[in-house]
Amino acid sequence: MAQAHNSLSLSNPHPTGMDTVQKIASAIGGLGLLILFISLFGQINGNYGTWLTASLALMTVGVCVYAWREYMDKPEGIKNNHVWHRTLTNKGLWGWIVGVVLTGFYVVLYFYPQYLGLAKEGANSGLIALFDSLSQALKGQPASQWFVYGALYTLAILIFGVKFLLKYRHNRYQQIRTLSVMFFQLGFAFLIPEILMRLNYPYNNFMNMWPLNYYFFDGWNIQAMTTSGKVGMFMFAWGILMILVISPVLTYFYGKRWYCSWVCGCGGLAETAGDPFRHLSDKSLKAWKIERWMIHGVLVFAIVMTLMVLIFNNGTLRSWYGFAIGSVFSGVIGVGFYPLMGSRVWCRFGCPMAAILGLQQRFFSRFRITTNGGQCISCGNCSTYCEMGIDVRSYAQKGQNIVRASCVGCGICAAVCPRGVLRLENSAIDINSRTDEMKVIMISENGVRI
Amino acid sequence: MHIVIIGNGISGITTARWIRKLSDHQITVISDETDYFFSRTALMYIYMGHMRFQDTQPYENWFWEKNRINLLRDRVESIDIPNKKLNMRDTSSIQYDKLVLALGSKPNKFGWPGQDLDGVQGMYSAQDLEGMEKYSEGLKHAVIVGGGLIGIEMAEMFHSRHIPVTFLVREKSYWNMVLAPDESAMVNRVINKNGIDLRLSTELKEILPDENGKCRAVITNKGDEIPCQFVGLTAGVHPNIAFIKETEIETQKGIVVDEHLETSVKDIYAVGDCAQLRNPPPGRRPIEAVWYVGRMMGETAAYNICGKPVEYQPGIWFNSAKFFDIEYQVYGTVLANPPAEHKSLYWEHPDGEKSIRIVWDDVSGWVIGFQTMGVRYRDEVCRQWIRDKAHIENVLMNLGLANFDPEFYDQYESEVIALYNQKTGANLQLMEKRGLNSVVKFIKKQFA
Repeated sequence: MAQAHNSLSLSNPHPTGMDTVQKIASAIGGLGLLILFISLFGQINGNYGTWLTASLALMTVGVCVYAWREYMDKPEGIKNNHVWHRTLTNKGLWGWIVGVVLTGFYVVLYFYPQYLGLAKEGANSGLIALFDSLSQALKGQPASQWFVYGALYTLAILIFGVKFLLKYRHNRYQQIRTLSVMFFQLGFAFLIPEILMRLNYPYNNFMNMWPLNYYFFDGWNIQAMTTSGKVGMFMFAWGILMILVISPVLTYFYGKRWYCSWVCGCGGLAETAGDPFRHLSDKSLKAWKIERWMIHGVLVFAIVMTLMVLIFNNGTLRSWYGFAIGSVFSGVIGVGFYPLMGSRVWCRFGCPMAAILGLQQRFFSRFRITTNGGQCISCGNCSTYCEMGIDVRSYAQKGQNIVRASCVGCGICAAVCPRGVLRLENSAIDINSRTDEMKVIMISENGVRI
Repeated sequence: MHIVIIGNGISGITTARWIRKLSDHQITVISDETDYFFSRTALMYIYMGHMRFQDTQPYENWFWEKNRINLLRDRVESIDIPNKKLNMRDTSSIQYDKLVLALGSKPNKFGWPGQDLDGVQGMYSAQDLEGMEKYSEGLKHAVIVGGGLIGIEMAEMFHSRHIPVTFLVREKSYWNMVLAPDESAMVNRVINKNGIDLRLSTELKEILPDENGKCRAVITNKGDEIPCQFVGLTAGVHPNIAFIKETEIETQKGIVVDEHLETSVKDIYAVGDCAQLRNPPPGRRPIEAVWYVGRMMGETAAYNICGKPVEYQPGIWFNSAKFFDIEYQVYGTVLANPPAEHKSLYWEHPDGEKSIRIVWDDVSGWVIGFQTMGVRYRDEVCRQWIRDKAHIENVLMNLGLANFDPEFYDQYESEVIALYNQKTGANLQLMEKRGLNSVVKFIKKQFA
């Protein structure tokens, strides 16, 4: 009579609950990670290919099976139950542990790669040696710390991408967008550049444009491209074309989302591995003020740095930039602080590319997020789950479109809205009035403005 | 002039904000519930872990001082109308020039035996949320009484924590005083699919206490005894006006107000859930305890208080909700038991979790209502058609304009038209698909 219904397990696990399959999946994934750790301490010597395959396969299986159990036996829909109850995602114990480990990893990666096993001369050891065989297969060279990083980064986007695809299987916009970031990461950011190197062409990610790619105008890079025949010249021309033509045009038509949440690798990681932390971004007005100073400050820094290199052939600023912005900001803080400050710290406060696209989006783009009349109930889900820290609700409850430089168009605000109030849209017809306040007159359709 | 507002919910706060936009009057907002305004509709998401309490506050805490809206956490014990004075529980009495009553609602209790036991409560206030949180500790089974919007939200809340729920619904089908049988059946299915023990045509008869005065079981009108440690009373709400009843302010079910939202006593206004319109506009009810009405009334009252007389004109009805994962939207008149002259086209997706209903007047052909489940429709377009008395066939041919679903989602408007053609023998074609360009043109044309 008063028994629990058989199908109770259908929906929404209690925070303490992880089913047996998920526990096994966690163990399998953990085992894969453990292999990496063991290799880090030089305990794996030989059979690198086998160990690496085992490690990557175990992590893939672990995450995919876990995610399958997490989402597939529940009804389709928004899966944010207990986000603020779990210590991993509420800046609690697990959040801090993961934050510290990630940050530590980045510090070692950028500044002490020898501890990962990078050899200045002779054969690699440790973690980097583990990746030698894969690197040899792809580009015919031993692995570097950047190859290891690129491979793990790509794996993270792919396996957590699968998790995200299952989580949002009811939402085709999220599905296509996620497949897109997975594709661009695997193909354009990882495989193509490595294969180019195998073919003795310069390393090049065609989707990584200046100023996010801050070495594009470095003398050595220009020389590498211009001395690599037609392919090299194409890279150079493409790079310039991307900056001056392709990106402004696409941003005009679709907003900066075409890049930031569909193509970019930084965005790709944020949207997949970083998704569980998106709500941790600061929504306060103060944070917005800091954001505007910082991101445009970095943009100015990037421009001045590049001009110094190009005109005066002076690399001093360039090396500062590489250290402070390229390494510390985008890497150590950008990803290491995911569990503490949300997944888009770099994109929001630091990325000069996002700054440029943001200015284009704010001033000449057809893109906006439309508010559906007066239907907003001010609940706050949109603002909470905005990874860029935009107070979406402050617009929605006024019936105003959201036109913000920082919006990456991930579409999660529209997905989590329990009243279906938000829609990502493009139109040129009302481009000049798309930011008008109070499109909806609350108290009477016929207008009572006196 | 000192304007005092009792209640810091959406009605009271909207009133305060608009008074500030329109004037420099001194504003005080009194609440015994919370220090700051929060979104009542979001309480469920706190319990489910989607948000923290502070995330449900639409304005940051500095907002109030910056806008010179004085917030007071206290309780009004009585109103001294002749002296325009409020007697307070904690602080000294407060003088007002104009008073706004934004008192909200209280959950209904229908005299059930045991309705005041420990572990028996509604789900309306921040304190109710605290109660649910408190009783959830070790809770083995919850019973929810009343098949409305709050009942299903409460079921979803407990369900998120794997607390088994029995949901007693007096009617034959969920919320069937408002939803037509098809939509109501859809929600029944969703409730069952989520593992809620839904008992239709079942009423609460009695709540039984344990030795400590806490509820231990309910007995239904069918004689079943259901052990439980929590009973949620969600059989509607009524205006929270007990202390107004003792004054000369005219009350019926709610505080009676005129078109300017002024009560029977000059300089005292009432807005939101607690207000009852003496002459509601055609098609509207005297008391409408929904978020949007509170907001519209707040804005209207502010104009009137600031010496810019405006009648309350809520316009065409709209509302929305979410039943577990199914969003619901309604625009205009869509009745559960419509009169014969209301013709209705109902399309349902084969998956049984999406539907579109369009209602029109049989004689004139004018469209009067839209109702969707699991599909988002565009407020501006739907209400424009209703306002303009657009013909059903004209609406159908342009139906894509109304679609507000995200990009890449399937569009079902052609199927809706095919259904209409099949039923009427007409041969209509869809002329407009989803897209903002056409919508902007459409709206501009209306205003040109």
